[in-house]
Amino acid sequence: MPNDKIAVIGDKDGVLAFKAIGVDVFDAKNYFDARETLKKLARDYSIILITEDIAETIQDTIARYKNRPYPIILSIPTSNGSNGFGMQGLSIDVEKAIGSDILFGGNNQNNRNKKIKPKDNNNT
Amino acid sequence: MKRINVNPTRMELRRLKNRLKTAIRGHKLLKDKTDETVRRFMIYIKENHRLRSELENELPQSLKSFLLASAVNGRSVVEEAVAIPSYSITLKSVTQNIMSINVPQIEIVKGTNTDLYPYSFASVSAELDFSIISLSGILNKLIKLAEIEKTCNMLADEIEKSRRRVNALEYVMIPDLTETIKYITMKLDENERANTIRLMKVKSIINDKSI
Repeated sequence: MPNDKIAVIGDKDGVLAFKAIGVDVFDAKNYFDARETLKKLARDYSIILITEDIAETIQDTIARYKNRPYPIILSIPTSNGSNGFGMQGLSIDVEKAIGSDILFGGNNQNNRNKKIKPKDNNNT
Repeated sequence: MKRINVNPTRMELRRLKNRLKTAIRGHKLLKDKTDETVRRFMIYIKENHRLRSELENELPQSLKSFLLASAVNGRSVVEEAVAIPSYSITLKSVTQNIMSINVPQIEIVKGTNTDLYPYSFASVSAELDFSIISLSGILNKLIKLAEIEKTCNMLADEIEKSRRRVNALEYVMIPDLTETIKYITMKLDENERANTIRLMKVKSIINDKSI
């Protein structure tokens, strides 16, 4: 059962800040490290934060913990900002539940608008 | 629509009729369940989206200011400063039941020591303070987001599953059963008619002979 603590997996320099607020920090240099660490931590931590760049590479391992309440595995943006992996997860959920991503199709719509706009300019 | 391979007997008919009744009832219940789960899911996913976009704005900033602090003061100094955290946070992680799915629910229990800075102010610069203040503010949001995102994940899975079941009932199970029931009824009626005709025939033969 979860031990009511939070862990973070990521590049050490990037996530060391979490240590100051009582989160346990685990360094992961590569994809294998991250996977092993995650497997070990999943047994007792209730929340595991993983930086998006690493989470993206070990999606299959993360998917294994999807259908039980604990541990909660959450991908967080790094100091360089988000690469959109987290939001992608939301769209996948919406697609699963509703059938198509009608809520946050924001990115696609923006792209569509961008594509359409030059045409309008040409016409006028 | 495909007929189920059964013997056209009265017993089988009775059994199938019961099954059909159960299937229709189950279909209605499951459909209602899916609708309600979708409604709840919508509420959660909107909250999830809001929290995540907030987090994606705020977290990189405070992580960046931490990196800045470690650039200004030197890595080893900062590492040493945060090595033994004084601030501890514990959670109370339980599960709650949403539409018969166990989803996590987390309460934050503040640790005994709430002194935020584990280091002396003399040794490091102010960037580290800013970073840690903003991070501790974000932490609550992070925990809330973790809870909600997991809930959304699990609800989405459940919706997918029950939608499959609803469709299987609606488009396979119920039509099949109706078809089979129809087949058995026809067959039984046909048998009965055959029997009546046979009796009439026998009667007429007997009448012919007696005359």
